[in-house]
Amino acid sequence: MHDSNFTPSRRGFLSLAAGAGALGLTGAAKPAKAAVKTNANILILGAGAAGAALANRLTERLDGAQITLVDGRKEHWYQPGFSLIAAGLKPAKYSVSQTTDWLPKNATLKQDWAANIDPESRKVALQSGEILSYDYLIVATGLTLDHDAIEGFSLDMVGENGIGALYAGPEYAARTWTAASKYIEDGGVGLFTRPATEMKCAGAPLKHTFLIDDLARKAGGRGKMDVRYMANNNSLFGVPIVSEKVRMLFGDREINPDYSHVLKGIDAGAKRATFETPEGTVERDYDYIHVIPPQRAPDVVRQSGLSWADKWVGEGWMEVDKATLRHNRYPEVFALGDVAGVPKGKTAASVKWQVPVVEEHLVAQISGDTTDAAYNGYTSCPLITQVGRAMLVEFDYNNNLTPSFPGIIAPLEELWISWLMKEVALKATYNAMLRGKA
Amino acid sequence: MQDLTVTTLIAVFEEIFGRTLFWAMVTAAALVTVAYVYVLIRDRSVSWRKFLWAQLSMPIGAIAAVVFVQGMTRSGFSDIGGPIDVVVLLGVAAGGAVGMAICIYTVQSLFWRPDGET
Repeated sequence: MHDSNFTPSRRGFLSLAAGAGALGLTGAAKPAKAAVKTNANILILGAGAAGAALANRLTERLDGAQITLVDGRKEHWYQPGFSLIAAGLKPAKYSVSQTTDWLPKNATLKQDWAANIDPESRKVALQSGEILSYDYLIVATGLTLDHDAIEGFSLDMVGENGIGALYAGPEYAARTWTAASKYIEDGGVGLFTRPATEMKCAGAPLKHTFLIDDLARKAGGRGKMDVRYMANNNSLFGVPIVSEKVRMLFGDREINPDYSHVLKGIDAGAKRATFETPEGTVERDYDYIHVIPPQRAPDVVRQSGLSWADKWVGEGWMEVDKATLRHNRYPEVFALGDVAGVPKGKTAASVKWQVPVVEEHLVAQISGDTTDAAYNGYTSCPLITQVGRAMLVEFDYNNNLTPSFPGIIAPLEELWISWLMKEVALKATYNAMLRGKA
Repeated sequence: MQDLTVTTLIAVFEEIFGRTLFWAMVTAAALVTVAYVYVLIRDRSVSWRKFLWAQLSMPIGAIAAVVFVQGMTRSGFSDIGGPIDVVVLLGVAAGGAVGMAICIYTVQSLFWRPDGET
């Protein structure tokens, strides 16, 4: 058994971001591993954070492999920047680069969308009609935002009549700021929603709430606002200890939570939203509403037979082992990033931890070996609580806090250093990850 | 590469500043350091007059560094939330102070020689 020496030391994404010069370097670079000679045909669906990072790492580890990526979107989006764009702190272009900027030279990019995955015959059909066969398939498509599930809502409404929706992309994040900044000026009732499905970065709905609250406070308009956080269940965050901390911060900031209120529809003309609650449907008037729609695996994945049949029904996340990210029924298929059917981990920080695990298993499999590399559910979120401060929240599958710097950076404290990390080093670390260097 | 290594750290800094600017800054810092060591060896003693000016410049360097970091990151003193933030703030100030002092001393030594004292 090949021991990959993969011990999660909790110095992940954020520890890099800390610019650890002050904290001491924990050792020199590991010697490069010898590349494995192979003619394996590796197909990666999705050239986002996970797809690009894995492709770059595999080209270092494999000699002769044919690596093909499939992604129909020309732009690469730095999604952790959306919250900053939607608060007017960064322009839309802050999050935009080109997909081709990040891919290794010897990988092939098919600028198209996958239309059908057949794991039995190991073939993927593209929308153009081209058929690609594979020896190994990595599904890193990301997820689909189901805006149609919100009755009366469409994306062209974003930015006007008090409607924001920052998840939809950099331009929509910028338009969200147009609507939110008007709300800061005019005041009234603000409803900050989140869906009842699994979602990427469950901290983002909270960040948007905290940022709008803080910006209104600094602009002197907070007194005429009623800021309400519409939680999907009876907690504010999936990790209980973090949820409690957020509850206390909401108390301090006079942000009022409404529990178990799931957005079903809006009447944009009347500025009225409909919520499903345990007591039935309720209507609420708003002056500003932030819409985050239900989130699901893309149709091509849901129709492929790769999804869980008995978990997250209707959402379609891929049926993979939560430690190895390998498909339970097709050992040559892996899931990475948002599309993986694991209990946590729909963030870029999770991708940072997942990619080396899949890399180890793939390389071991190709060379007829095994590895004990495992993903422990590590997810992290610099949870911004005001412009200038954030809480560094890191946790695993078991809802344990996994602080990168125990005793130095307290996990549940609002700190300037955590904000500095988000501002200065996070995007840089993300970019280094895309290049396979972090 | 899960652990924090020098290679990773360099990769991150290259991304922060851009590869060209990062290595230009490393080169500039190296040149100033070399120039500082050069004037120390050339003069074979520390000039206390120059050192006085260098010391007087330290508070300016400290304040400039703190203002620069706060300006670049849209934050201020009211964002200090815990002990580590104070440590970071003092670190930034100390870095600015020492950097400024070395710069001032080196510039004086290179361009105002001799200074009429030993």
